[in-house]
Amino acid sequence: MTSPMLFEPKRPGSKDIAWCPGCGNFGIRNILRRVFAELNLTPQEVVIISGIGQAAKMPHYIKVNGYHTLHGRSLPIATAVKAANPKLTVIAEGGDGDMYAEGGNHFLHAIRRNPDITILIHDNQIYGLTKGQASPTTMLGMKTPTQPWGVFEEPFNPIALAIALDASFVARTFMGYFEKSAEIIKKAIQHKGLAIVDIFHPCVSFNKVNTYEWYNKHTYWMEDHDPYNREEAFKRAIETDPLPLGIFYIREKPTFEEQVTAYKKDKTPLWQRKPKLEEIKKILGMKKGF
Amino acid sequence: MVEFKEDVSIVLGGAAGQGIQTVEEILTRVLKLSGYNVYANKEYMSRVRGGINTTEIRVSSKKVRAFVRRIDILIPFKRGVLPWLQNRLSENTVVLGERENVEEEFMEKITFVEVPFNKMAKDVGSALYLNTIAAGIAVGLFRGDFEILKEYLRKRFGSKGEDVVSRNIEAAEKGYNLGVKLCEEKIIGIDVKKDERVKEEVLLSGTEAIALGAIAGGMNILTFYPMSPSTGVAVFSAQHAEEFEIIVEQTEDEIAAVNMALGAWFAGARGMVTTSGGGFALMSEALSLAGMAENPIVIHLAQRPGPATGLPTRTLQSDLNLVLYSGHGEFPRIVLAPGSIEEAFYLTATAFNLADKYQVPVIILTDQYFVDTYYNVPEFDLSALKLEKHIVETDENYKRYLLTEDGISPRGIPGYGKGVIVANGNEHDEWGDITEEEDLSRLMQEKRAIKKLITMRKDAMMPELIGSEDPRYLVISWGSTYHVVKEVLENLGREDIAFLHFKWLYPLPDAVKELLEDKVLIDIEQNVTAQFAELLKKEFGVSVDHKILKYDGRPFSVEEIFDALKGVLE
Ligand SMILES: Cc1ncc(C[n+]2csc(CCOP(=O)(O)OP(=O)(O)O)c2C)c(N)n1
Ligand code: SF4
Repeated sequence: MTSPMLFEPKRPGSKDIAWCPGCGNFGIRNILRRVFAELNLTPQEVVIISGIGQAAKMPHYIKVNGYHTLHGRSLPIATAVKAANPKLTVIAEGGDGDMYAEGGNHFLHAIRRNPDITILIHDNQIYGLTKGQASPTTMLGMKTPTQPWGVFEEPFNPIALAIALDASFVARTFMGYFEKSAEIIKKAIQHKGLAIVDIFHPCVSFNKVNTYEWYNKHTYWMEDHDPYNREEAFKRAIETDPLPLGIFYIREKPTFEEQVTAYKKDKTPLWQRKPKLEEIKKILGMKKGF
Repeated sequence: MVEFKEDVSIVLGGAAGQGIQTVEEILTRVLKLSGYNVYANKEYMSRVRGGINTTEIRVSSKKVRAFVRRIDILIPFKRGVLPWLQNRLSENTVVLGERENVEEEFMEKITFVEVPFNKMAKDVGSALYLNTIAAGIAVGLFRGDFEILKEYLRKRFGSKGEDVVSRNIEAAEKGYNLGVKLCEEKIIGIDVKKDERVKEEVLLSGTEAIALGAIAGGMNILTFYPMSPSTGVAVFSAQHAEEFEIIVEQTEDEIAAVNMALGAWFAGARGMVTTSGGGFALMSEALSLAGMAENPIVIHLAQRPGPATGLPTRTLQSDLNLVLYSGHGEFPRIVLAPGSIEEAFYLTATAFNLADKYQVPVIILTDQYFVDTYYNVPEFDLSALKLEKHIVETDENYKRYLLTEDGISPRGIPGYGKGVIVANGNEHDEWGDITEEEDLSRLMQEKRAIKKLITMRKDAMMPELIGSEDPRYLVISWGSTYHVVKEVLENLGREDIAFLHFKWLYPLPDAVKELLEDKVLIDIEQNVTAQFAELLKKEFGVSVDHKILKYDGRPFSVEEIFDALKGVLE
């Protein structure tokens, strides 16, 4: 095991952390450093691709490769990074707004595509960075400055959706449980195929409903759950109160990178390859005749 | 007798699904292998069945690469073709076909040669052989090499069994003999010379040239969401993905396509997207990310008329402003627009090196006319290609956005070297972390939008000047109008006129200004507002004197430009 300190950035810009004191994002950062160390990874071989939001600032507060992209766009980018160089450990991070609202379409299609990446959704059930508007996972009835009448849209259920789409790895945790969350995130990274971890964490600044106490009270850990049983997993996924935590569903299946033509014969990462001029020559030869 | 010398334009017309493409393919390939220069271009309706689609094939003693309005020989496969093409018909047009496919009112205006295609086909065994008969006639008119025609049919229909092959050959022979007979009986006279060298040349479309150029340029991943007329590049690449060992991925939308391509480059691979204006519009968000994160990317945009869905299967050069100005915030880009098939190949390959070097979006602008056109070209010189990767091995202190004099920071990639790469779409410091600091924000803006642009401008390619260095009239065009303008100038044969063709549209080198001074400038573009002329005005303060614009979704023809230029010159 390497040291979690290996992942501590010493860049001048990473000192000034923009998260609010007491925010759950800190806990996730600590989990990541620890899990990377436990998995014996080096900063050079890990890449975090993030979208936009408070959660998405992670690449600046940890020492691994990072790309802080645009709102909702981390998944197609992360998919391509892994496809371009399967040797990298690729993690996509963002908030519930980032992944389920602006990035909703990419979320659906990432599941279909099944790249070997891990998606961590910092699910605080609110928009943090833009100061407290409802997100797709905000609970019914919650009042916000922009939903003063109370949210009436049905909350998004990412777990049920992912299982319905036969996603490769689906889990939910509450980061108040540090050890268990670390264990799940570690399994998610180790899992071959797309791993989705919805991580509840309170937004101390804008979500006055879903607090630490609330999550403690309204969640429970699934015992004796068989994650290979899709029907059981789905039943658990639609429970609402208390909300189950743990690994809901695992389905081993081929990954995107395993199936694309580029790696059928040659496993060299794409960036190290040279254009196949001899194949071009062949095609041009054919175009002389018929 | 109707006689054609040097250069014959054959047009086939029929409904989508009627097999015009088969005839076109047989004809162009067999005639090319017989030693004739060929050119083909099609126009089609945005529908899968029915409607009227036409293909123009020019067969010539010398290289022909431009669209002509004139129709010398027309083969209509259904009623309605002649009315659709009526502006292109003359008494010199020979119509070969069934009587029932020629509307009464045209009988006076054309030379009609009745060919009972259907009956001939049924004699062979089925109406299905009609296409082969038609192709046979055309090959026969040129005394094309019948052995090659036979070989072609064997290859094409071989998988369908010996009977199908022999019947096709029989059909072709019937057609061929009839074609020869029409010449011998002096009903049609054709005098086009063969050139042995043509046999060794390559028959390639704009679409194929772009795709092959991209492969030659080291493209590892092609992402796309289908949209006419750009999809062909994806189809061709997908068909050959295995040989090239590349990834071709159809994404959920253009937003995903462009972001994937960005991800590929970030990780050190080379990604391209192929799209059209509507798809590019969706990509403008990611274009800004490329600008801010200094993420290289290559985008092929095959234009069609807009706004919105516009004319999906037709042609225009109206997305120049879109690619020049799309994206929020200020950042430079490179815009290229090949004029010929050769240029499409080499320029697309080069686009990848440029994107890599300057870490900017490089956009290749083509259009429907260009991608759907093909002709014979000398085989490409692959040894002339250079793969210029500008990736550096990082050290522990690597700074992704190091401030440099030329505005270009050495680009590292994840997993290569001891450093970590932090790329960022937010304003950032040299390491890539978010900053809101005044001085840094200013320096970074200047780095991206000014210093880098100056460097790019220095290296930018000059336009091609054809003709006199000091002409009275200077014709300006860009992209796909290259050959049609060139042919017109050859036809005009005047000393006082020259042609400046731009394949590198942005940024423009400073030296272009001198070329534009003290001349009567004639701008030729396929859009309604003369977008390129506007760009020249913005960049160099020059105004063009005459604009020749076309924007009905059809390509410029040689005749149209000839007439328009004559009008200006007189
Ligand atoms: C295209 C676009 N639309 C809107 C925004 C503004 N915006 C920034 S973050 C955000 C939502 C963030 O919420 P969430 O994803 O839940 O992340 P959190 O801040 O809670 O971690 C929005 C709407 C943006 N940056 N880009
Ligand atoms: S706004 Fe909320 S989620 Fe964001 S850092 Fe602050 S407390 Fe955390």
